[in-house]
Amino acid sequence: MPDRVLRGGFLLRCVAALVAGLLVAPTLVVIPLSFTGKASFAFPPEDWSLRWYRNFFTSGAWAESLLTSLQVAVVVAVVATAIGTAAAVALSHVRFRAKGLVTGMLLTPIVVPQIVTAVAIYSAFLTWGLAGTLPGFIAAHVVLAIPYVLIAVSSSLQGYDTRLDQAAAILGATPWRRFRRVTLPLILPGVLSGAVFAFVTSLDEVVIAFYLQSPTLRTLPVKMFSSVTVETDPTIAAASSLLVVFTTAAILLPQLLRRDPARSRNSGGQP
Amino acid sequence: MSHRIAARGAEVTLEHLTKRYGSAAPAVDDVSLTIRPGEFMTLLGPSGSGKTTTLNMIAGFVEPTTGRILVDGKNVAKLPPHKRDIGMVFQHYALFPHMSAAQNVAFPLQERKVSKAEVASRVSEALELVQLGHLADRLPRQLSGGQQQRVALARALVYDPPVLLMDEPLGALDKKLREQLQVEISRIHREVGTTFVFVTHDQEEALALSDRIAVFNNGVIEQVGTAEELYEQPKTLFVAEFLGKSNVFVGTAQGETLTVGDVTLRLPRPESGSRALVVRPERMRLHPDAPQPPTAGNALHGVVSNHVYLGSEHRITVELGTGTSVTVTETAAARSDARPGDSVWITWEPQDSSVIPA
Amino acid sequence: MSTLGTTARRGWWRPALLAPALVALGIFFVLPVALIIWTAFTDPAPGLHHFAAVLTEPSTRAIITRTLVMALVTATVTLVLAYPYAYLMTVVGPRWRAVLTALVLLPFWTSLMARTFAWIIILQPNGPLVRLTSLVGFDEPLLQSAAGVTIGMVQVLLPYMVLPLYATMSSIDRRLLSAAASLGARPSRAFRRVYLPLSMPGVVAGYTLVFILALGFYVTPKLLGSPRESMLAQLIGTRVEKLLDFAGAGALSVVMLLITGLLLLLVSRVARVSAMLGMGEDRNA
Repeated sequence: MPDRVLRGGFLLRCVAALVAGLLVAPTLVVIPLSFTGKASFAFPPEDWSLRWYRNFFTSGAWAESLLTSLQVAVVVAVVATAIGTAAAVALSHVRFRAKGLVTGMLLTPIVVPQIVTAVAIYSAFLTWGLAGTLPGFIAAHVVLAIPYVLIAVSSSLQGYDTRLDQAAAILGATPWRRFRRVTLPLILPGVLSGAVFAFVTSLDEVVIAFYLQSPTLRTLPVKMFSSVTVETDPTIAAASSLLVVFTTAAILLPQLLRRDPARSRNSGGQP
Repeated sequence: MSHRIAARGAEVTLEHLTKRYGSAAPAVDDVSLTIRPGEFMTLLGPSGSGKTTTLNMIAGFVEPTTGRILVDGKNVAKLPPHKRDIGMVFQHYALFPHMSAAQNVAFPLQERKVSKAEVASRVSEALELVQLGHLADRLPRQLSGGQQQRVALARALVYDPPVLLMDEPLGALDKKLREQLQVEISRIHREVGTTFVFVTHDQEEALALSDRIAVFNNGVIEQVGTAEELYEQPKTLFVAEFLGKSNVFVGTAQGETLTVGDVTLRLPRPESGSRALVVRPERMRLHPDAPQPPTAGNALHGVVSNHVYLGSEHRITVELGTGTSVTVTETAAARSDARPGDSVWITWEPQDSSVIPA
Repeated sequence: MSTLGTTARRGWWRPALLAPALVALGIFFVLPVALIIWTAFTDPAPGLHHFAAVLTEPSTRAIITRTLVMALVTATVTLVLAYPYAYLMTVVGPRWRAVLTALVLLPFWTSLMARTFAWIIILQPNGPLVRLTSLVGFDEPLLQSAAGVTIGMVQVLLPYMVLPLYATMSSIDRRLLSAAASLGARPSRAFRRVYLPLSMPGVVAGYTLVFILALGFYVTPKLLGSPRESMLAQLIGTRVEKLLDFAGAGALSVVMLLITGLLLLLVSRVARVSAMLGMGEDRNA
């Protein structure tokens, strides 16, 4: 059998390159455009300048929206990670009849179309007086982020050896101390992963943020959303580039911080 | 002032301990046992016999359905594991992978709010006890299985628990290592004086280590006693066959004789009713000819069917006329040259056998 | 393996840890969605008049049809692109595989708004794409067209197709292809008769997922498409933004959820049938 064919011929690699190009292309466009000298979206830019970045940070609306986004994302990350980790721990290594139902319910925010969620939350928040308020906004994003935390932490917990819990217990540690001293350090990669997903989900979320916005509560994606149809202002390119940088940094940070975590697989067992 | 790992052991009493899962037969069925202070008690039995479940009930990982567990007279059955002040060593060590050996050993002391200085000295003492002081800063994955198990032992003993539970701790190790660690464990037990409760399915291990052994089968204890008592005077067929090898003759006893088919055997003491006579292979002798003059002992005729040379001993299987076979063990010194097909006579003295209700 | 699990035998701590998640999701997600569905059926009086109102509008049916067609086209294009990509991932060495995986996960990291904006740049009249295609005589800008929307959606959805495909493909034993060759099959026939059927579970999973996700797209069609050619998600949004008609929006949401639910049901039936027909890996062979 021509191994060459099995290994993929030239055509295959071409198609793959095309796909790779499709995946990467947009980012490649946004960043150079943010440095254009003209007030237009013409690409590639002919002059270069930093004025759009300057504009971004000095114009009240843009800078404020970035700040709002970051503040919300941080709070959402912290709250969603705490709630999601607790839920993941509660559901780990246990079997009960309603487990599938409970897990399914906790994952529904990912499954339901964003517009439906947005419209439903908007409608309810209007009734409850939460629309346009910061706590309401955070609550909506937290609920959207919890499934991601749950998945990340659960996956970490799967590889966790519950006998370590037993050992810690018999050695005198209370349930909380067991969690803090033994379980948490060993599932930290999953927890951090979940925190990053929660942060990025909130930072990037635009549909719900659009409906729940108020003049004082406008996140960066929402500002971009409104401005893209109205203006031909390359500041939005600067905003896009910044968003890309922030989210990439958020994703890469845990990878860089990771020293060599002791794997929580079976703590022994070889002769 | 140095702290010596104190010599004290608690008395552990199990009173009518039962564990039932759903409507199935109980995993542990009305088990009662008193373990003396400082004793090395082994719970021995095949898998599923209830020995591990019993151990886990003492530890607090399994809640008894009924019964009490008394440690020095205090019922701990309702206490969660972290309040029982018991030590435990697990089959796969359960060392915390993100902590060094020393940190693992320090863990229980930190949970008891011991001062930093004292922690350091007690940890080094515990590691010295298991002869691993030089590896204190290694992570578990940098240690061999035997070393990991010794760290686990140090960790379990560092806070002077009155009772130490061991759940088949040597099961994951190879034979040579197992024997080495058995010696270690014996030594540590003598030095420390804590009550050891040891679970294993390996009867050789049980015989080597224990002060007393409780033999488990199907959720009940069939017999408790010293190694010698269990081996020489088994009270049930299961115990006779689980510990060491046995030749068993089942028949009807009347006075000092046992009638097995058309053969009559002499019993060590008068009995009546249905009985089984248990003779250990090493108590039997092989002779090429019938013993002359006929002795007061037992003699049976048979044909050799198998002869296995095991280095230190010969294991010879003999088919008796009745269709049953018997195993005889002779030491290498006996230079037995019995070959398959040879006609032989087997003899043994009645006092070298034991009788069990059948 | 042990019957022990973790140590807490008293049951109170698990529910306590689970409670915040359940409460949060219950109040801020389940309740609002339930409420809007409830409104769709009962406001101001119980009945299906909102459904009637919304579905009898001619534009609604056109929109729903367009949404289904777009989802179909998007899913198909994504499949065509993702299949070779996923296949390549299974044949290359680990380092290249890591690169390919990172590339396919890139969309997850890059902000949706940033990417959509980037497509606006690329697809705009006199944008780079038009300048490229006009070289071959095609000078229609793709912005504000269905094609543009499709391209944007395909890029977002590629990971959701590649990953299930890769998962299934990596479990196919490649020696089966060698076996087929030794039995006389040409490479293309071996592929068609052996590899393709075995990759079907991944294809079905990925296609379903992408289709369902495409149905619900809001941002991409809104920014890259023309207002005259909106999709279902935009219809729901407009209903709320322009008319504050939550009941109507609720009715449309129910329609969207029903279509999704029906699809999932259909797929699970088809999957079972194909398993019965032995289109999965036959371990008894």
